[in-house]
Amino acid sequence: MEQHQEQHEHGLHLPHGPSEPTHHEEHIVSPKIYLIIGSTLLFCTALTVVASLIDLPGNLNVIVALAIACLKMTLVVLFFMHVKYSSGLTKLTVGAGFLTFVVLLMMTMTDYVSRAWGRW
Amino acid sequence: MDSQTVAAQTANTGHIEHGEHPPFLRHHFENVPQQREAATFGMWLFLLTEIMFFGGLFCAYLIFRNWYYPAFVAGSHSLHLWAGTLNTTLLIISSFTMAMAVHASETRVRKALIGWMIATIILGLGFLCVKAYEWHDEWVEHHVPGLNFSPQGFLHGTKDYPDDKLQLDMAEKTQVYFSLYFAMTGMHALHMVIGVSLLAILLFGAYNGKYVNGHVAPIENFGLYWHFVDIVWIFLFPLLYLISRHQ
Amino acid sequence: MSTIVTLPDQSTATLPKVSYLNKEYGLKSWLLTGDHKRIAMLYLISITFFFFIGGAMAGLIRLELLTPPSDLLAADTYNKVFTAHGIVMVFLFLVPSVPATIGNFLIPIMVGAKDLAFPKINLLSWYLYVAAGIMLLAALVSGGVDTGWTFTTPLSTHYLNTHVITAGLAVFIAGFSSIFTGLNFIVTIHRMRAPGMTWFRLPLFVWSHYAASILMVLGTPVLAITLVLVVLERTIGIGVFDPTKGGDPLLFQHLFWFYSHPAVYIMILPGMGVISEVMSTFSRKRVFGYTAVAFSSVAIAVFGFFVWAHHMFVMGISNYSALVFSLLTMLVAVPSAIKIFNWSATLYKGSITFETPMLYAFGFIGLFTIGGLTGVFLGTLGMDIHLTETYFIVAHFHFVMVGGMLMAYLSGVHFWWPKMTGRMYPEGVSKLAAVITFVGFVLTFFPQFVLGYLGMPRRYAAYPPEFQVLNVFSSAGASVLGVGYLLPLLYLTWSLKYGKIAGPNPWQATGLEWQIQSPPLTENFAETPIVTHEAYDYEWLESQKPSEVPTVG
Repeated sequence: MEQHQEQHEHGLHLPHGPSEPTHHEEHIVSPKIYLIIGSTLLFCTALTVVASLIDLPGNLNVIVALAIACLKMTLVVLFFMHVKYSSGLTKLTVGAGFLTFVVLLMMTMTDYVSRAWGRW
Repeated sequence: MDSQTVAAQTANTGHIEHGEHPPFLRHHFENVPQQREAATFGMWLFLLTEIMFFGGLFCAYLIFRNWYYPAFVAGSHSLHLWAGTLNTTLLIISSFTMAMAVHASETRVRKALIGWMIATIILGLGFLCVKAYEWHDEWVEHHVPGLNFSPQGFLHGTKDYPDDKLQLDMAEKTQVYFSLYFAMTGMHALHMVIGVSLLAILLFGAYNGKYVNGHVAPIENFGLYWHFVDIVWIFLFPLLYLISRHQ
Repeated sequence: MSTIVTLPDQSTATLPKVSYLNKEYGLKSWLLTGDHKRIAMLYLISITFFFFIGGAMAGLIRLELLTPPSDLLAADTYNKVFTAHGIVMVFLFLVPSVPATIGNFLIPIMVGAKDLAFPKINLLSWYLYVAAGIMLLAALVSGGVDTGWTFTTPLSTHYLNTHVITAGLAVFIAGFSSIFTGLNFIVTIHRMRAPGMTWFRLPLFVWSHYAASILMVLGTPVLAITLVLVVLERTIGIGVFDPTKGGDPLLFQHLFWFYSHPAVYIMILPGMGVISEVMSTFSRKRVFGYTAVAFSSVAIAVFGFFVWAHHMFVMGISNYSALVFSLLTMLVAVPSAIKIFNWSATLYKGSITFETPMLYAFGFIGLFTIGGLTGVFLGTLGMDIHLTETYFIVAHFHFVMVGGMLMAYLSGVHFWWPKMTGRMYPEGVSKLAAVITFVGFVLTFFPQFVLGYLGMPRRYAAYPPEFQVLNVFSSAGASVLGVGYLLPLLYLTWSLKYGKIAGPNPWQATGLEWQIQSPPLTENFAETPIVTHEAYDYEWLESQKPSEVPTVG
């Protein structure tokens, strides 16, 4: 360990370290953006209700409903939760959580989907 | 300063005095930005645990919806669409008000912060009231699994959905639908109750001027929790309320 | 390039006047502490307490299995005993063992920080652990639970009237204790490293804890929701696991093992971290293939999420998905093997000494390898049909968990005992205990491989008489093993008062923790370290002079 004399002389000023803050958190998102996103979310809600009342071919109803829900989630995550303005670490963390959730669903479904296929 | 003096000072005071030191800066952090980023990262990791916690329920939902689709359709139709839509609207607006509260904390405006927080609490309580009404309704209609469940209502179709007539064995499977409905909305409502309670505690602190002096992290990270609970509902709404409404 | 360093004269070492142990006195200063080192000590005491409870259960099991009939314990009681053994050992001992004691103590010091990111949450984590332990003891004392530690449905939800709910909630609480520990580690490792401490200068101990923490944070919540569903099923009868109501009992197993397979990696990865440190120090050589070992830890964590259904091959899952999970299981063995190869390569041309931590580490290498290889047998679909639910499985997981993880835990406790307490343990009796443990272990669990192959089922109080001889060997080994585990309890406690003073670096090891006094100050470092040397840099160590270690008093 080396000793750095100048550290103690003029306040706390450490040499640049790998855990130095990224300062992403200090970006302030404007209320205008929040208003736009909030209105979009309300519009999407209306859209999804209307879409559910219309008979779409095949499985489209469920796909549309989930797509709209995913869009709403993306807007909330990126803007209300500030992920768009956050560090790469935050984005990676969100991605990791989402991915693990998908693994749980997909790998469990390998069993349920293939049970009806018979023994071999 | 050599190590002897450093050590002596450490022994006396327990830490080394440095420059500005806001009262909310914990001693194991070097500066406020580091503390704030650590707190946000910690909250995100906690939200990851929440994703996986609800994830188990979504996994169960996926499986049983595939197995018992007609029962899920009939069960979904028995929910009030207006209640679900209203609740979704309330939560989205509350996410907006919560984001504005964080903004007020960042721009250090105390009155605005308090106002937006109160708005969020009211909207959250509104959501819970609507939910309570719905659950009461389900209790009255004998749709509560394990406690008073009866598949009778699903044997004959309803006024709005005359095609919801099910055979007895499929009608009994509506209990699985309602099990998941109550487990998922119940778990969600529990998180709302915890959220509203925490927000009330934070409101008390905000009233005393705590979060407009640069200490944004508690409001910001509570906001993350609140938005997450909103996202869970954003998915619960179509999955529970909007199954085959077009029939 | 010389790898031999002359050990300094420890006989002149003195205990520092101020350390985290004597900074404050009184029960409140311990029970309300934020100091990660004190919390680690609290965990050490509570974990040891529960280890011996789990051990007592094991003693009862082996005592019953001395004779073929179910003569010591009735079948129901036997079920309660092995369930208690499993729950206590898995959730109250193995999962928190290294992370909560050694990890809590060392991670901040190893990265150069003053404490973990969230000290209050760290303390909460310990209180949750204690609450879980008390709740489980309550369940045991009020009649026990007999589902097995795996709570398999529909047995646990519909066919038993024992204290499943209490035990399930106890495990739920213990799960959150684990989650908070992992969360703390991840944030600390990412955000609180000292200047110059880049990712690839971190000790491999930190890498393993990072990987284990990812598993804790992502996997444990699924266990939590699963237990909630079991409780709901038992109380109000919701029906998600009940076939008569349309539910699927196998869904429980999918959700349970989604956590419980990564759980075994949560248990073993921190132990592997210990082995990296011990192997390097006692060969006086940097770990061979640092990058490979670091990345293999993360690979184990990632792959570990994809293999859970290998616990369910005979339970009714489709053969196609069984095939997929079996293939992936083969894959997950690779990173563990990479580590074993790298540790062995570390030994090559090293200057090896046989202190007690190194003895335990050698035991780990041999026994974990055997356990891991038998895991590959079990991952093969055809073999698994014959071997599953037999003593082969029991032997397999005890080899990796006890022969592997418990040995690594003891290795770590001995290795860092001087740092944590300022005292050396007595080397002679500790070496004896290590050897006794190894012999006892092999005698206990190797016969169980044979028993399993011959067809003796697990979780049975009675067995056919032709299996008795091997069972007697196993029980005899268990008594030897018991002695081997009691000895450290005795001499480590003894050493607190009578052990030789250790000084800051009795092992002449690299790593930031050895450059500070033993025991450390509450704030770890008198001032923030600036890191300029690589991990396991013995040449850098040679250039350090003893007087540069700041010691208070």
